[in-house]
Amino acid sequence: MHNNVIDYLNNIVRIKPDKTAYSDGTVALTFSDVYELSGSIGTYIANRGIYKKPIVVFMSKSPMEVATFLGVVSAGCFYVPIDEEMPADRIKLILDNVRTPLIICDRVTASKASDLQQSGTDVILYDNIVADTKRDDAVLKEIHDKAIDIDPIYIVFTSGSTGVPKGVVACHRSVIDYIEQLSEILDFNEDTVFGNQSPLYFDACLKELYPTLKFGATDYLIPKQLFSMPYKLIEYLNEHRINTICWVVSALTMVSAFSTFDDIKPEYLHTIAFGSEVFPIKQFRIWKETLPNATFTNLYGPTEGTGMCCYYRVNRDFADDEPIPIGKPFDNREILLIKDDDTLADKGEEGEICIRATSVTLGYYNDPERTAAVFTQNPLNKAYPEIIYRTGDIGKYNDKGELIYISRKDYQIKHMGHRVELGEIEADVDAMDVIKMAACIYDNDKKLIILYYIGDIEPRELDGRLKEKLPRYMLPGRTYKLESMPFTGNGKIDRVTLKKMYLGEA
Amino acid sequence: MNELMEILKSLHPDVDFENEQHLIDDKILDSMDIVRLVTELTDKFDIKIKAKDIIPDNFNSAAAISALIDRINEE
Repeated sequence: MHNNVIDYLNNIVRIKPDKTAYSDGTVALTFSDVYELSGSIGTYIANRGIYKKPIVVFMSKSPMEVATFLGVVSAGCFYVPIDEEMPADRIKLILDNVRTPLIICDRVTASKASDLQQSGTDVILYDNIVADTKRDDAVLKEIHDKAIDIDPIYIVFTSGSTGVPKGVVACHRSVIDYIEQLSEILDFNEDTVFGNQSPLYFDACLKELYPTLKFGATDYLIPKQLFSMPYKLIEYLNEHRINTICWVVSALTMVSAFSTFDDIKPEYLHTIAFGSEVFPIKQFRIWKETLPNATFTNLYGPTEGTGMCCYYRVNRDFADDEPIPIGKPFDNREILLIKDDDTLADKGEEGEICIRATSVTLGYYNDPERTAAVFTQNPLNKAYPEIIYRTGDIGKYNDKGELIYISRKDYQIKHMGHRVELGEIEADVDAMDVIKMAACIYDNDKKLIILYYIGDIEPRELDGRLKEKLPRYMLPGRTYKLESMPFTGNGKIDRVTLKKMYLGEA
Repeated sequence: MNELMEILKSLHPDVDFENEQHLIDDKILDSMDIVRLVTELTDKFDIKIKAKDIIPDNFNSAAAISALIDRINEE
């Protein structure tokens, strides 16, 4: 009985020690390498007396970063991945929240990491740890024997409406349940060759990282630059015989929209999963026609539910304006569609998508208030404590009994595969002293975040300053200065009018 | 060239596109920018940019992008 993700590693290293586990195309680590490297990191942390603490991993996306995650976990701690592309302000908010005793960095991130160092936090180079510390089986076994499946494994940060990101804490039990269910649905096995697209600082990368350990598969961490070079991207898939991809929709449509398949086709690809956004049907058809024998699966799920929780295997054609359903829950999950009055939606009625499952995460780290707002008692159960996660997504069942995503309850949006709260962007802009007022809308057709503001700064300069504050995917695509802001009757910013102004209708 | 500059400026008002020579290599334009840029170029200039043409050499500077557009128009 697995109760810890390290069990996957301990098992597979005996069966396939010399097979490549993780590679970025240049550096490759075998399962045996991963076992030894993660073991030395785990031993180092344990020897420092650090236990059950968040450890920040600030490294470039690489096989070594994955080994570091597993090292942190084998020490009985949980990893908090941050990335060189995150703006310094955001990293600082994350560090303020987790108060880590240790930041593990690499040579690329070392100078940034030491700038971020707070009192009580040590910064150490990955290279130095693995050079100086040997794996100590006895130390790690003692920790492993004490582990239970509700211990945390990671914290990943998502966008928050007040401008402060929320740290979602997931435990072993949730991750193992997710990996087992997902593997069955997508039919992963030892011959699976993954082509990972997701950054390692999101839960999206769980799809590849842990099934690789479970089956002894191989995971290629595709260099990010290739996602702007469609021809080279497909060349890379073919070169490494990649047969399974779980990508955000924007990465898939980038390939199809540029007619890449006229010149080159994926030769080994047979399993394609996508999610986080609605797949435009025209682009979907191009993929389907290019790879008629491949399976296509739409996945849906919030970070708070550990990865994905619903799936739909595409098995029919869709009209151009018809959304691909999010289908039905994985096994061992129940989706409740709950209306505003806390009762269940009837057939055909809309309700908030709520998740009841072992995959519901532990909550937001060091944040009881925001945790309590969305990790709530199941309103249908008055008899004993039972936590559900309220996603804030509105859904309904179609006449085929398939779950359909309708929209966000608030004005959180999906942008380039990321969940973005427009309110967080507004809060960051509002916080600048030259700004009097800011409001964002989203152009869903062109996939652009539109920022309107009143203030003593020109759009060009404001855009430059926002780059210091916001992650790339949260930056406005268009920025407009206003003399006055439209308001609704009850004094709220009138986003409907802003939208009309944007479309040239007002 | 003016139309191209307008499109580039709309992506990143704060970047000096007249002089910048390493838009891709220095990660000034990322993959989202490239997708948007190629889409807008396709619309504005009524050209078809092939997947094979979307490589760093063709997008590292405004001059390189302009040369790419000219080359496609000649073909």
